[in-house]
Amino acid sequence: MPELALKKPKRRSAVQILHLNTRTRILISIIIAALYIGIVFIWGVSMGPSNYAIDYGAKLQAPSASHIFGTDYMGRDMLARSVKGMSTSLVIGLVAAVISSIIGLLLGIASAVIGGKFDKVVLWLVDLCMGLPHLVLLILISVMLGKGMKGVMIGVALTHWPELTRIIRAEVMQVRSSQYVQAAYRMGESRFTVARRHIIPHVIPVYLVGLLLLFPHAIMHEASITFLGFGLPPDSPAIGVILSESMRYIASGKWWLALFPGILLLLTVIFFQIIGDDLKELLNPTTGNL
Amino acid sequence: MPLEAKNITFQYSRKDRLILKDVSLSVADGERVALVGPSGYGKSTLAKILSGYLRPTSGEVLWNGAPLPKKGYCPVQMIYQHPELSVNPRWRMEKTLNESWHPGPELLGDLGIEHEWLTRFPIELSGGELQRFCVARVLGPETKFLICDEISTMLDVITQAQLWELLLKISEERGLGMLVVTHNEALAKRVCTRIINLPEQNAAVKKENNS
Amino acid sequence: MEKSSLLEVRDLGISFSLYQSGLKKKDLNVIRALDLTVNPGEILAVVGSSGSGKSLLAHSILGILPDNATLTGSISYKGEELTKERQRELDGKEIMFIPQSVDYLDPLMRVGKQVVGVRGTREEMQAAFRRYGLAPEVEKYYPYQLSGGMVRRVLISTAVIGHPELIVADEPTPGLDLKMAEETLKNFRELADQGCGILLITHDLDLALQAATRISVFYAGTIFESAPVSDFQGGGSALRHPYSRALVRALPQTEFEPITGTQPYAGNLPEGCLFGERCPYRTEECGNPVPIRKLRGGEVRCIHAT
Repeated sequence: MPELALKKPKRRSAVQILHLNTRTRILISIIIAALYIGIVFIWGVSMGPSNYAIDYGAKLQAPSASHIFGTDYMGRDMLARSVKGMSTSLVIGLVAAVISSIIGLLLGIASAVIGGKFDKVVLWLVDLCMGLPHLVLLILISVMLGKGMKGVMIGVALTHWPELTRIIRAEVMQVRSSQYVQAAYRMGESRFTVARRHIIPHVIPVYLVGLLLLFPHAIMHEASITFLGFGLPPDSPAIGVILSESMRYIASGKWWLALFPGILLLLTVIFFQIIGDDLKELLNPTTGNL
Repeated sequence: MPLEAKNITFQYSRKDRLILKDVSLSVADGERVALVGPSGYGKSTLAKILSGYLRPTSGEVLWNGAPLPKKGYCPVQMIYQHPELSVNPRWRMEKTLNESWHPGPELLGDLGIEHEWLTRFPIELSGGELQRFCVARVLGPETKFLICDEISTMLDVITQAQLWELLLKISEERGLGMLVVTHNEALAKRVCTRIINLPEQNAAVKKENNS
Repeated sequence: MEKSSLLEVRDLGISFSLYQSGLKKKDLNVIRALDLTVNPGEILAVVGSSGSGKSLLAHSILGILPDNATLTGSISYKGEELTKERQRELDGKEIMFIPQSVDYLDPLMRVGKQVVGVRGTREEMQAAFRRYGLAPEVEKYYPYQLSGGMVRRVLISTAVIGHPELIVADEPTPGLDLKMAEETLKNFRELADQGCGILLITHDLDLALQAATRISVFYAGTIFESAPVSDFQGGGSALRHPYSRALVRALPQTEFEPITGTQPYAGNLPEGCLFGERCPYRTEECGNPVPIRKLRGGEVRCIHAT
């Protein structure tokens, strides 16, 4: 088909052969992802420091039945440390993504509604933030605020809003210019009523998907700057700290120090991405009915 | 003169071409005026200006001698060509129907709106069915003038004739004035009391044609 | 006539699986028991109201239905079943599609290259551009640089050059000014005179009356009647189906008199004749499925037609 870009027939995936429809498949994948994230989170948050207490008698042990993930150079259980670290990352990611998404939501709506110079300034800020490499900006902010939990959280929150701002702005502008909203104004509905009845219900699903897709970014970035030493302090149980420490032992063959925490982080990020992508697919009218 | 347009000129921005120039017209009480002319001559733009959706670059629209109200229910209401775009796709029809007033069962019956349609979403109805809702929605008691922008162009001719039969009846009963935008001259002759050929009135188009 | 037909659609059915609520899916029959024939050298207009599923007919011929659609019945081209492989092989060569949506142009390819396609030449493209009032530099544009009306003219140019044998045009004229619309129809006529078959899908009965050789009346996902255009003239008394006659009577240039009722929704079709509820000639037999039959040089789906 050289001249018209027509839709090509899609391959059948294994899931389709199993006769699961998209909604069922998505529901199953969301449940699995949520279970994984939920278990890591609750386990990690409720865990006391005694679970990963120092035990020099058992240092640098390879994975075994009593220490599934092995132990580190101070004899701490790596499973407990990794889960604790992951839950810290989740908390930071959660707070940062929520703050970031709220900034995105408010700026996006304001930009579309107020328009004019304000809109131009917001778009300029968006371009500025997206033009700079995320990580550089993040490190700058974090260092400026004295690193630590606060530095990382604010850093991540302040660097992740631009994309969502852009999406929300476009959505709001699209609804506002739609005929049904224009008609609502002429039927005497106030701006507030239109916002409540038409615009907000339209934007909320977009916002929720955006928020979910922010999590993996926020978590990855938190882990990255901590790994590089610009984030959480080295004595805190954080996945970035664990990975950074493990680098010193990799050369001596202590592979488990990097592998298991790495997998834990990777799975968390992938699962968040899956939930976000699935919801996006469900809410899209062309793919939602497959 | 309930609805008057005086020297309307319109362009989207200074860089764009003039769409309307020095267009004036007036419609008397209960009069039904057709605005005809081929597409691309500013008919829809004029309709939007007359119903207050767009503000003219210069000139004014008067309703009973005063400018159209900017807030509150506009006495001049408009029905669009594409009904599927003028209803919220996330709302069931019941909500759309009752957005500004509560049409009674008699009107719904006249329009052929069936009870079971009320709980459906717009994608579950045809264009003709949706357009009936869009008509019912703007026939509230506060509507004094109706602008119909190619409202039956996308419908089959039977639905078209049904809609116009009802609109004509309501127009007669309530003395409701109408401006009917259409490219179909046979339809204009059927439903209107007077026909205005927009290209002849629109200086922006005349100039372009001569050059 | 059977042997020489270009495109033959028999007993076509298209259904979509949609979510009802939660995880349950339901099949929605949008097109059922649809029959039509396009002969070489003729323009067949399929006329039906917008949103009633006519476009799906075009999509099924081109093999571009969405993934949740199921197709039954047969579509044959030059007497041979039009399979997926044949559709892919013929599309853009012998069969040209003028889509309703502007999303069908390749956004990353220059317009000129897309118009020339595989069978056209640059000279033919330039001639088509002149004919449809497109400036020569449009050739170098990318689709996003075109206005809506220009896209439509580009799509038409694409279809008319390259000697197609079948053109499937889905609402080709909205968005064109009067002159361009007339030019398009004139061009269709010329192509048809050279032996090309054209399937023109439209909601506009006036347009069909102007342009077509034959008209098929589309209603609630099926075709009630196919008849030569001349049958629609003179008040439509030569027509076979009560709905076709009602259509003609509802035209503003004739009686402007509607019948009551509405087309049934695809999810809610009656058993038997789909027009039954609105038909003055309805009898008990109309509750059974109504087959299509030949009558006075046309086809009709009504047991009472004479």
